[in-house]
Amino acid sequence: MLKKPQMNALGTSLLRFWNSSIGKKLIVAITGIMLVGFLLGHMAGNLLIFQGREDLNDYAEFLHHMLHGWGIWIARLGILGAFVLHIIATVSLVQQNRAARDSRYACDTTVQAPVSSRIMIWTGLTVIAFVVFHIFHFTVRLDPDLAGMKDPGNPDRHDVYGMVIAGFQNPLVVIFYILAISFLCSHLSHGIASIFQTLGLRTEKTRVAIRNLALAISVILWIGFLSIPILVATGGLKDAPATSSASSATPDPSLSQN
Amino acid sequence: MNLTLKVWRQSGPTAHGRIETYEAKDIPAEASFLEMLDIVNTGIIEEGGEPIHFDHDCREGICGACSLAINGVPHSKEAGITTCQVHMRKFRDGETIWIEPFRARAFPVIKDLMVDRGAFDRIIAAGGYIDVRTGSAPEANSIPIGKEDADEAFDAATCIGCGACVAACKNASAMLFVGAKAAHLNILPQGHPEKDKRVLAMVRQMDAEGFGNCTNQYECEAVCPKEISADVISKLNRDYAAAIVREAVAE
Repeated sequence: MLKKPQMNALGTSLLRFWNSSIGKKLIVAITGIMLVGFLLGHMAGNLLIFQGREDLNDYAEFLHHMLHGWGIWIARLGILGAFVLHIIATVSLVQQNRAARDSRYACDTTVQAPVSSRIMIWTGLTVIAFVVFHIFHFTVRLDPDLAGMKDPGNPDRHDVYGMVIAGFQNPLVVIFYILAISFLCSHLSHGIASIFQTLGLRTEKTRVAIRNLALAISVILWIGFLSIPILVATGGLKDAPATSSASSATPDPSLSQN
Repeated sequence: MNLTLKVWRQSGPTAHGRIETYEAKDIPAEASFLEMLDIVNTGIIEEGGEPIHFDHDCREGICGACSLAINGVPHSKEAGITTCQVHMRKFRDGETIWIEPFRARAFPVIKDLMVDRGAFDRIIAAGGYIDVRTGSAPEANSIPIGKEDADEAFDAATCIGCGACVAACKNASAMLFVGAKAAHLNILPQGHPEKDKRVLAMVRQMDAEGFGNCTNQYECEAVCPKEISADVISKLNRDYAAAIVREAVAE
């Protein structure tokens, strides 16, 4: 008999939190932290490509086998949950904001808001489109040529290294990656600083440090992510000739694992 | 100096508004912006027209009554002043000036350039006070307050409630106003006992009035005539998060 009122109280508190302007912004901030953390980890993993085929493919194999194969799914669901919650809360906030300012100034101007802060919804929507493309490109691997690549040193596993090199041979794909990552980093330069403001950590003493940190993380991610497609497109990163013959090897039963 | 004015005219709260053009001739450069409007209004009245309605009171930058978005910026692009402190010498002879009311759904237009800022009063009524016994003033030094706290509280307390923060915000958010009013009391020992209750009540009233959400662009602090920092918004966010957790635990 005691449990039901407690559940109702918790439900009421959560609903009140969600319905309040600051509560919804806190959800955007907390999911934002998770997504930035994921991006930093993802970039660090990607950069293993510069260590060579073996290190990158070892890392990919580790991701797919950690916690007996459950680890990657736990991580994927966590990231997806944060991503979806971030989008739902943000879209709801934008709708409220547009309703709150239902008329525009005939002479509309901006005093100090940076461009990145004024295009957040558009950079965010571009990132959604990019994420969908990126998942079909390198995770689901709709292209059978990319899906069938095998590590020449270990034909039992997928050749992530060769797949990345092959995946960036199309200049249109590279251009889309450059645009999308640039929009993502514009989104982050405002978003990361906003996390601190929403969590109430911005003060007179931390103001400049927070702005610089947001800018630094955004630039690091921009360079880290884009170094790979740009170097592949310009010939700085090449696949060893052995891969193409390995990729056409006999079908492997472990293919479905990846 | 001679100027062209593009002024928002709206005959009533439900009427359809529009921009009308007026020629302001022979305006002395030393006139204030509101005196310039007085001169233009005198001309309109002499010609039998309806004068341009606008809010004003003290005309020395302390009451918060004057409003106006001048060329799209509340209280003009001059930093740290109210509309009544803007002088015509800041404009060029022959310039076209756009004059519009503060725009926000929570600040409905009453007439022309006058808007109803009663939503701010209702936010204050929800929690912008402390409960104390009335009577003679207490001895000033009976509650010691650190210099830094006193300064911080005083900076927040300089808010005159003009609404420029809302008018400048692309989302018509009132976070700078509510942040300032909550911080000014929350920082001081006299306001501390009711801190959580105050923050929750003021934020809920702010949301109920239909103000938008802060997206951290800080246009509000750029136009604030008292130059209140958006750090008070950060403090409000922090105080709200703590208050809502304590409220949930108490339930």
